[in-house]
Amino acid sequence: MKLALDAVLVATLLVLALFSLAARQARASAIGFMGFGLVLALVWVRLGAVDVALTEAAVGALTGLLLLGATSLATPAAQPSRPLRLALAGLCALVAGGLAFLVLEAPDPAPSLAAAAVEPLAALDLGNPVTAVLLAYRALDTLLETVVVVLALIGIWSLAPDADWRGAPMVPGADAPSPPLRLLARLLPPVGLVVAVHILWIGADAPGGKFQAATLIAAMGLLVLMAGLAPAPKLGNTRLRALVVGGPALFLALGLLGFLVPGSFLAWPEGLAKPVIVLIEVALTTSLAVLLALIVLGPGARRPRA
Amino acid sequence: MSGPTLYGLAAALLVGLGLYGVLAQASPLRRVLAFNLMGAGVFLMFGVAARRGAAAGLPGDPVPQALVITGIVVAFAATALAVMLMRRLAQTRAEEAAAAASSAPAEHG
Repeated sequence: MKLALDAVLVATLLVLALFSLAARQARASAIGFMGFGLVLALVWVRLGAVDVALTEAAVGALTGLLLLGATSLATPAAQPSRPLRLALAGLCALVAGGLAFLVLEAPDPAPSLAAAAVEPLAALDLGNPVTAVLLAYRALDTLLETVVVVLALIGIWSLAPDADWRGAPMVPGADAPSPPLRLLARLLPPVGLVVAVHILWIGADAPGGKFQAATLIAAMGLLVLMAGLAPAPKLGNTRLRALVVGGPALFLALGLLGFLVPGSFLAWPEGLAKPVIVLIEVALTTSLAVLLALIVLGPGARRPRA
Repeated sequence: MSGPTLYGLAAALLVGLGLYGVLAQASPLRRVLAFNLMGAGVFLMFGVAARRGAAAGLPGDPVPQALVITGIVVAFAATALAVMLMRRLAQTRAEEAAAAASSAPAEHG
C-alpha cells in the first residue's frame, strides 16, 4: 500500500518533469515545473525530510514566479540536429544508468551521521537536528550560503543600466492589479506573517526554520507590491541595504567572536549556544526575506514611458 | 523494491532528463528549467541517502537534509541570476532592433 503511494508519486513526478521539458509553450512549461515542485515537496515528506519539504514548497513557488515572468522572453531558436540529439540522449542515458546502478548497489547498512548529530542536541538545547546541523555543526555552510545569496543580488543589481541602478525595480502587474489580487494582498499578509514567525520559532525543536520563514515573508511582501498597495523601494536606500547585509554581518561577527570565547571560528560559547542561535536565526530571517524579495524583483529600472 | 530505492531510481532518471534538457534544448528559459530538474534529481539523491541512513530515532540522517536545504536556496539564487541575465539580453536586443529600425543615433533607454 505504501509502496503503491510511492509509485504514484514517482510516476507523477516524472510525468510532470517530462511535460515541463517537452511542453510546446514556454508558459505551460513553467506551470508544469511549479507542479513538479509541489509533488517533489510531497516526496520529501515521504522521505522523512519535512524541513526540506517546507523549503522546497516555499522556494519552489518563488522559482515558479521567476520562470513565469520570463516566459514572454522565450524566443524561437534552432534545435540541434537529429544525430547530435541522439548522441546527447545516449550520453544522458549513460549518466542516468550509472546513477541508477549506484542507487541499487548502495552499501547496506548505509553510512549515517544521525547518531552523531543527535548526541550533542541536549547541550545545544535544540530539538531539531536539522537546525543543529545548519547553525551549529555546519554553520560555515550556512554562512557561505547567505553570502552567495547576497552575491546573487549584487549580480542582479549590476545588470541595470548605469542611470537606473539606484532606482526602484519594476513590479510586474502593479500598474493594473485585479480586484481579487488587491483583496488577497490585504487579507493574506497578516496570516502569512504569523505563520512565518511560528515556523521560525518552532524551527529549534520541530521542522521549520529561517529559510522557510524568510521565503514566506518574502512572498507576502511581493504580494503587497504586486497588488500595488505599496511602491517598490528604491534600491539605493541605505536602510534597505543595511537590512540586506545585517543578518550575514551579524552571523560573521558572532562567528569571529568564537575565536575569543570557545577558541575557534563559528563555535558558540557553552551554555549560550541556544540564545546565539536564536539571535542569528532572527537576524538571518529578516535579511533573507528582504534578499529573496529583492532577487525576485530584479534590477532597478526606469518607469516605462507611456 | 523499497520506497527509497524507487525514489533513488527516479532521481537518476531526473538527472538524466535534466542533463539532456540542458544540452539539447535551444531556448535559454528551457535550459534554466532543465537545470533545475537536474538539481532536483541531485537533491533527491541526497534525500535517499538521508533516508537510508535513518538512525537514532530520526526519520533520516539530518546532515544530507541540511545540505539539501542550503542547496535549494543557492539553486534559487542561481536561477534568479540566470533569468535576470535573460531579461537584460532581451532588453538589449529590443533596444538594438529599435535603433536599427529608426536608423537614428542609438539612444539609451
